[in-house]
Amino acid sequence: MLNQKIKVRDLKLWYGKFEALHGVDLDIYENEITAFIGPSGCGKSTLIKTLNRMNDLVENCRIEGSVELDGKNIYSKKVELNELRKRVGMVFQQPNPFPKSIYDNIAFGPRTHGIKKKNELDEIVEKSLRQAAIWDEVKDHLDRNALSISGGQQQRICIARALAVEPDVLLMDEPTSALDPISTAKIEELVMELKEDYTIVMVTHNMQQASRISDRTAFFLNGDIIEQDMTRQLFTNPKEEQTDNYISGRFG
Amino acid sequence: MISKLMKGLVYASAVFTFGMLAYLVIYILINGVRFLTPSLFAWNYSTSNVSMMPALMTTLMVVAGTLLIATPIGVFTGFYLVDYANRKNPVVKAIGMATDTLAGIPSIIYGLFGMLFFVIFLEFQFSLIAGILTVTIMSLPVIIRSTEEALLATGMPIRQASYALGAGKLRTLFKVVLPVAMPGILSGVILATGRIVGETAALMFTLGTATNLPGSLFASGRTLSLHMYILSQEGRHVNEAYATAVVLLVFVLVINALSTLVSKRLAKGGK
Amino acid sequence: MDNLRQGTIKEAKAKANRQPPFKKAAKGNLAEKIMHGVFLLAAFTSIFSLVLIVIFIFTNGLPMMVEYGLADFIFGQTWNQTTFGLLPMILGSVLVTLGAVSIGVPIGVMTAIFMAEFCPKKLYAFLKPAVNLMAGIPSIVYGFFALRIIVPQIRQLFGGPGNSMLAAIMLLSIMILPTVISLSESAIRSVPRSYFSGSVALGASPERSIFSVLVPAAKSGIFSSIVLGVGRAIGETMAVVMVAGNQPLMPRGLTQGIRTLTTNIVMEMAYASGQHRDALVATGVVLFIFIMIINTTFLIMKSKEAK
Ligand SMILES: Nc1ncnc2c1ncn2[C@@H]1O[C@H](COP(=O)(O)OP(=O)(O)OP(=O)(O)O)[C@@H](O)[C@H]1O
Ligand SMILES: [Mg+2]
Repeated sequence: MLNQKIKVRDLKLWYGKFEALHGVDLDIYENEITAFIGPSGCGKSTLIKTLNRMNDLVENCRIEGSVELDGKNIYSKKVELNELRKRVGMVFQQPNPFPKSIYDNIAFGPRTHGIKKKNELDEIVEKSLRQAAIWDEVKDHLDRNALSISGGQQQRICIARALAVEPDVLLMDEPTSALDPISTAKIEELVMELKEDYTIVMVTHNMQQASRISDRTAFFLNGDIIEQDMTRQLFTNPKEEQTDNYISGRFG
Repeated sequence: MISKLMKGLVYASAVFTFGMLAYLVIYILINGVRFLTPSLFAWNYSTSNVSMMPALMTTLMVVAGTLLIATPIGVFTGFYLVDYANRKNPVVKAIGMATDTLAGIPSIIYGLFGMLFFVIFLEFQFSLIAGILTVTIMSLPVIIRSTEEALLATGMPIRQASYALGAGKLRTLFKVVLPVAMPGILSGVILATGRIVGETAALMFTLGTATNLPGSLFASGRTLSLHMYILSQEGRHVNEAYATAVVLLVFVLVINALSTLVSKRLAKGGK
Repeated sequence: MDNLRQGTIKEAKAKANRQPPFKKAAKGNLAEKIMHGVFLLAAFTSIFSLVLIVIFIFTNGLPMMVEYGLADFIFGQTWNQTTFGLLPMILGSVLVTLGAVSIGVPIGVMTAIFMAEFCPKKLYAFLKPAVNLMAGIPSIVYGFFALRIIVPQIRQLFGGPGNSMLAAIMLLSIMILPTVISLSESAIRSVPRSYFSGSVALGASPERSIFSVLVPAAKSGIFSSIVLGVGRAIGETMAVVMVAGNQPLMPRGLTQGIRTLTTNIVMEMAYASGQHRDALVATGVVLFIFIMIINTTFLIMKSKEAK
């Protein structure tokens, strides 16, 4: 029943001369939440960015190894980058709405991919905002500038915006670390709902968050994945001593 | 004690600077406004009525022509430098250095070059086109640098958001980045406009000094600044020179007000 | 509502799965490629223009200098239709620029200190646009103003023609003010506030802290404003030509006329031909070299500042 969505094999990544990932293997399954944990600077963001090739934007960044999405290597020459990013969406640590209306934020993605009809766009905007559990809060002022709402709301707008292009996978790099506890709780709840329909990968610094909401967890240290397992297993019965040290707060 | 003295000097300097400016503006206005007669705006220039109308129209033509060429080139250069090229690429450095160098070249050198290249070598004669092309090169650095600054100020996050949604470079640039950077770019274009209106040395030997409205791109003409220079040199038309100075000042005031307006919008958009 | 959501997503997924997952968006890519080329081409305009300028100025000016004799040209003291000694104009430019800088820079820097440290906010809202206005006023208006105000004053006070080195110096010292003020002001403002509060905390008065801590900390920025002011003064043409007298003679004193490199070109270009015209272009070459030295100094200082 478990459907493998993403398969990372022996992935090495360099920023210039600095090797940030030393041959990482990782499996991500459909309709699960996979959490990345680990101390700062260990390569979590670096790995999550390779999954939709956002690292292409970084100058002097070079990779070796493979990342397969549904069995196809996303680094092969045949891959159309924009199509890949449509299928693998991303939400960032800092909410980054466009300085446009809420409506235009959500409609940007669908418009990018060729949807022009007003009624279709209206439908997508409403659906995405509902999915991101923010429809009721913003439905009466869709024409307001997205920067004028609270940080927590902005982040849910960003999630809605990512959902509007109907991705298969949603990457989230510390989506709640810039938010207050109430907004955080809302987004956690939302993410757990979304896994019904999406495959979710989430970086978090918050260990409770990882254990609360994720199905599977990968523990990173200095550019390696030390251990990956079902979340309950990893948190209650880690196989590696370093994992144990980290989750019990002895370092990091 | 010394710092008290310094403070006194600081205040005195400020009073001098702004007093001088006020004096200049008021002096020109007082001496010029009363000579702004309707006949000075007559359609045709004649030796008995040195109308500034042809010069006014020529100024607008030079400004329009220059912006038409310089804006796309300058803005596209900014696009290339910020969003396309690798910052460490030696070509980018060379372009940046060439831009800075162009910015520092005095207008008389532009005038010489324009004369040697456009007027003589390309045989354009003294003409609108020779003037426009010369001033175009002069205006490039202002537009390039302000575009660059405006694009850099928009920052990475909104670009990332756009790319992550599967938008390509062009779409990201035109639909996401450009709207945010627009006020900054516009203020560069406005600044360039001010320079063009005030330019004399670069136009004297390229556009020439013909008194009537140029009938084609290859005809000579004179801008307001050139007109004022010639009037004041001839010595017989001092009053008209004052009046022209008033019009030039009004131009500068309007241009400055516009750029303040735009930068206010910039400040708002940034929040 | 949940069901509705499930429904639409399933539909969407089904639709997505019908499409090949990694198709090439050929049309989009072509537009991207073309525009990349267009932007690249635009970016080369600056370099291309600069190269053209250098080629045309130097190929027209250098041969004359060599033919005439470099030393005779640079150090010759006589300039007329057939003899081309540029020394009077070189000295003229240097003296006028030095004079303008030694008056304009102190006033400009102190005005900048006023703007950055002493100016009430409400007043600043007027003064900042005033500095921009000053920068925007055309040279010709400055020149005309000086011709009507400064020149007669000098004539009255010191006798002589009035059109003089002194008039040019005073005019230019006003004209470089906006450059010096804006750059110095931003240099002073970019000094970390902690320098100031640190000094005040040590018991220095606010004024003393400004003059002995803030301003020295901004000195490299202030210095680049001076260099830029020098560039502006030495390159100014149309305003100077109106007040300097323009006799092509060795400088004979503050109240006597003088001719600069820039005005040398403007005065004679209209009717020059043959070697005479080339000599004027060669004047441009000398001016260009001066400017390059100044610009390079400025760029070096700017890059040092950035570090
Ligand atoms: N663009 C870059 N250029 C050079 N080095 C980089 C770049 N981005 C990240 N690094 C380096 O790569 C390593 C991994 O960084 P990464 O951002 O993946 O860490 P992280 O696990 O996400 O940390 P955090 O929890 O702080 O976000 C770090 O040492 C970082 O300094
Ligand atoms: Mg990170």
